[in-house]
Amino acid sequence: MRFNYYAFKSIYLHEMDRFKRTLLQSLFSPVLSTSLYFIVFGSVIGGYVEKIDGISYGSYIVPGLLMLTLLTQSISNTSFGIFFPKFNGTIYEILAAPISTFEIILAFVGAGATKTLIVGIVIFITSTFFVEVKVMYPLLMVFILVLVAFTFALFGFLVGLMSSNFEQMSIIPTLVITPMVFLGGSLYSLDMLPEFWQMVTYFNPVVYLINGLRFAFYGVSDFNVWVSIISMLGFLIACVVVVSVLLKKGYNIKS
Amino acid sequence: MSDNQISINNLSKIYDNGFEALKNINLEIKKGEIFAMLGPNGAGKTTLISIICGIVKPSVGKVSIDNFDIINDYRETRSKIGLVPQELTLETFETVFNNVSYSRGLYGKKPDPSHIKKILTQLSLWDKKDLRLQQLSGGMKRRVLIAKALSHEPSILFLDEPTAGVDVELRKDMWKIVEDLRKSGVTIILTTHYIEEAEAIADRVGVINQGEIVVVDQTKELLKRMGHKKLTVELQEKLSEIPNSLTKYNLEIGRDKMSINYTYNVQDKQTGITNLLQDLKDEGLKLKDLKTEQNTLEKIFVSLVKENNEI
Repeated sequence: MRFNYYAFKSIYLHEMDRFKRTLLQSLFSPVLSTSLYFIVFGSVIGGYVEKIDGISYGSYIVPGLLMLTLLTQSISNTSFGIFFPKFNGTIYEILAAPISTFEIILAFVGAGATKTLIVGIVIFITSTFFVEVKVMYPLLMVFILVLVAFTFALFGFLVGLMSSNFEQMSIIPTLVITPMVFLGGSLYSLDMLPEFWQMVTYFNPVVYLINGLRFAFYGVSDFNVWVSIISMLGFLIACVVVVSVLLKKGYNIKS
Repeated sequence: MSDNQISINNLSKIYDNGFEALKNINLEIKKGEIFAMLGPNGAGKTTLISIICGIVKPSVGKVSIDNFDIINDYRETRSKIGLVPQELTLETFETVFNNVSYSRGLYGKKPDPSHIKKILTQLSLWDKKDLRLQQLSGGMKRRVLIAKALSHEPSILFLDEPTAGVDVELRKDMWKIVEDLRKSGVTIILTTHYIEEAEAIADRVGVINQGEIVVVDQTKELLKRMGHKKLTVELQEKLSEIPNSLTKYNLEIGRDKMSINYTYNVQDKQTGITNLLQDLKDEGLKLKDLKTEQNTLEKIFVSLVKENNEI
């Protein structure tokens, strides 16, 4: 089966254009809010906190904050990308075009992940102005960043596909993902929690993502890095299956 | 080989809420013709177009374009089709040029700025190419929708209510555009609820009502059947019965007995109006006013359904 390259490219560039048009919201806003975390928690409060696993507190929280941005941005980028054409009616054009389900997903998710990675890179660079950052395993870091960006962009596509209004679309990033990141060891080590809450935290999937990235940065983690990678791949496969089935059925977009 | 480009066989559509939008539709559309689908709001016109274009899934039946099935061979069929939707659905923050180029890409065509320029020029949009859609008037937005539908050089163009809510000037422009497209070999299917529109541009007309095709015929033939009008002659004095000399006109006396009604066909060479007025004068009847009334689409559908049932 031939690949509709020009259709893929059109949707991808169209989405990237939206990113360029809304730089203030899509790039500067997350960079500013993460910088505030670095200033408050890293530079100011961090000076009064002891080192964790031999790493200064300011440096320790970099992977967690990076993960917070990656997750929220990838979900909101892609969910908005597919929801907006549904909302304004231009989805008809995509449905009537000779494009396969796979090509539609790849274009929207590819653009969403690209935007997220751009934001992530800028935040990473910004963090070096506030705290000392070292990356022990650069390739592993890139692999995890790309994997997380694509996986959650795909999850965002699912959110956008299932949402019928703007409120529903914002529920997952704000009411589910953000609390999971904050309670998933982004600003602390699990060892610092009482035993009971450590057990509870094991059920939070975001914990494994943050620890995987922290391992790539500093070589320290509460879990084996493979647990993180396998859990991410598992979630990616689940998202691929669900999105493909829903889109093929035309769920929420095709009568 | 058949000259039919679109074949619709036993097509039905039942929505999830149980509404039966299309009932066993069978229709053939020839290559290069202008086919008008005429019907009132909610008749099923848009559903039919949406199924052919791939936006709505059929419940039962088969549609093929140039012998390609719209489900199994969707890449072939969809790449042949351009669709101008009824609603002005556009990316309002994008420029005209980018909007049209985007559509070309979606249909798998290599970027071709010269072709986009040609279309925008034809549609009097070239000087607006850098404007964002939100800066355009409703009429201009409709032209952009046409430009988008033509961006990938389709051989079939669907126009869903192209002149709904547009002024007379733009309506005539649209008809001109449609005629020019036909000359270039494009098959055009348009939906409308204006009889005049079908009369002005269509080769054939299909009348659709409550999800069923009531009749399909050459425009001229159909207009003959649909062209009945009613002439009401208001009188200055009451008339209790039709005089013998006027019985040949099959006149009806109005309820208040202050008027008489005459039904005639506008498509006939001689409508009989002149003779009727002369005979009324000869009978000494004094006229107060005259008015004519076109049959409403609904009345026409009812009469066509009746007519079909009788055949």
